[in-house]
Amino acid sequence: MQLINPGFGLVFWMTLIFLVVLFILKKYAWKPILASLKEREDSIENALKAAEEAKKEMAELKAKNEELLKKALEEKDALLAEARNIKDKIISEAREKANLEAKMIIENAREQIEMEKQATLGEIKNIIASYSIEIAEKVLREELSDKKKQKSYVEKLLKEIQLN
Amino acid sequence: MLTAIFFVSSPVLRANEASNSDEIKYAEEIEKEEFKAGEMIIEHITDSYEWHIITIGHNHISIYLPVILYDQGKWIIFNSKHLHHGKDSYKGYHIAKEGFNAGKLVRRNEKGEEVRPDYDISITKNVLALFISAVLIIWIFISVANSYKRRRGQAPKGLQSMLEPLILFIRDDVAKASIGHKYERYTPYLLTLFFFIFFNNLFGIVPFFPGGANLTGNIGVTGVMAAFTFIITTISGNKNYWMHIVNMPGVPWWLKIPVPLMPIVELMGIFTKPFVLMVRLFANISAGHIIILGFVSLIFIFGNIHPVAGYGVSIVSVAFGIFMDLLELLVAFIQAYVFTILSALYFGMAIEEEH
Repeated sequence: MQLINPGFGLVFWMTLIFLVVLFILKKYAWKPILASLKEREDSIENALKAAEEAKKEMAELKAKNEELLKKALEEKDALLAEARNIKDKIISEAREKANLEAKMIIENAREQIEMEKQATLGEIKNIIASYSIEIAEKVLREELSDKKKQKSYVEKLLKEIQLN
Repeated sequence: MLTAIFFVSSPVLRANEASNSDEIKYAEEIEKEEFKAGEMIIEHITDSYEWHIITIGHNHISIYLPVILYDQGKWIIFNSKHLHHGKDSYKGYHIAKEGFNAGKLVRRNEKGEEVRPDYDISITKNVLALFISAVLIIWIFISVANSYKRRRGQAPKGLQSMLEPLILFIRDDVAKASIGHKYERYTPYLLTLFFFIFFNNLFGIVPFFPGGANLTGNIGVTGVMAAFTFIITTISGNKNYWMHIVNMPGVPWWLKIPVPLMPIVELMGIFTKPFVLMVRLFANISAGHIIILGFVSLIFIFGNIHPVAGYGVSIVSVAFGIFMDLLELLVAFIQAYVFTILSALYFGMAIEEEH
């Protein structure tokens, strides 16, 4: 019976002491302990989060860099291709132009030649005409003197012409 | 346990160095008696008005604690050494030898019956142990709190690192797991409860002063803590909690009407929960002490038959005693944990929202 008969005094002191311990510990022990535990946990969590974010940012930056590099390379390729095109174009254009010019020069030359030929032919005709007139004049004059002479002369003249 | 050995060794070892006549009278008295294991064990696990530390030969070394009574309208304060062996009564009070009030201070009323004084708030052995452990606990945790303040944001060190896992365990695995998101309100109480029980369980295992008081194996002490849990549960109880008691959902109507069987069972449950808390801790700790004291008693029981038998049994008894002491260390933690987690579960039930 002794075991299960709680003494009034002990219950009284226990209640008092337990409450005192509870309030003192609550105010001066649990509050600062729990607060600093929480603070530490928060700071660790924040640090981890920040690290994760930094990692993500790094990855993003790297991806961006890669993209940039890729773009630059593409641009370079495009530029090169364009340059090549332009070069080809310039060359072909130049060639065409040269051809055209050459053709024009040839044409011009031909025209000039033609013109000169015509001029020469005209002159030749004129000369021939004047010679013919001269010959005719001389023939006519010879005819007036000696028929035989005239005839031989004409022949001689003709021979002369042929020589020309 | 050590105290027990010395105490019970007095009838076995004969010596003639008693300091006063009372001592001699008492020593002769008990020498005539046979060694009674049951009485010795009960004496060691119950409260007393003096703190018996050691007996060397026939010299008892005890701390005599003050007796504080408020009886019949007046305060009566005296030293408990006046109640010491051999004296029948002091100022009309004596320690009852048997009956319901055995071991407690009583006086005789007009009819000659033994009655307790109106209020007995004597500083008994358990009360002194309570003071000591309270001071120790407060000192330990305030110094830990100071090292938290001093070492802000740093890793724990020393005593702090020893206690931090326990604090985190109670906060996370007991309070947070059982109560839910409102756990912060109850954490200080649960932490205090856990460390109070745990430390006092450990002090109870230490066999010599200032340990050795069977504080958490006293039904008064466990009862007060169970009462606190009961009060907090009842105050925290929300509408949902009381609805569950009055009108348990999901139960067939004929269990509630016309005979309110379920409400009665639930209402009883409110009181059985803290009652079970009280009994479990008290019984576990007392039982452990009784077993250890029993093993020690075996030595003297056999020693009374023949000294050689006593020595022989002592080997076995000490081995089992050590085993039990180690088991007690485990029980000290487990019981503190069980009391705390059940309290947390009751709080959790009280504030659980409808879902």
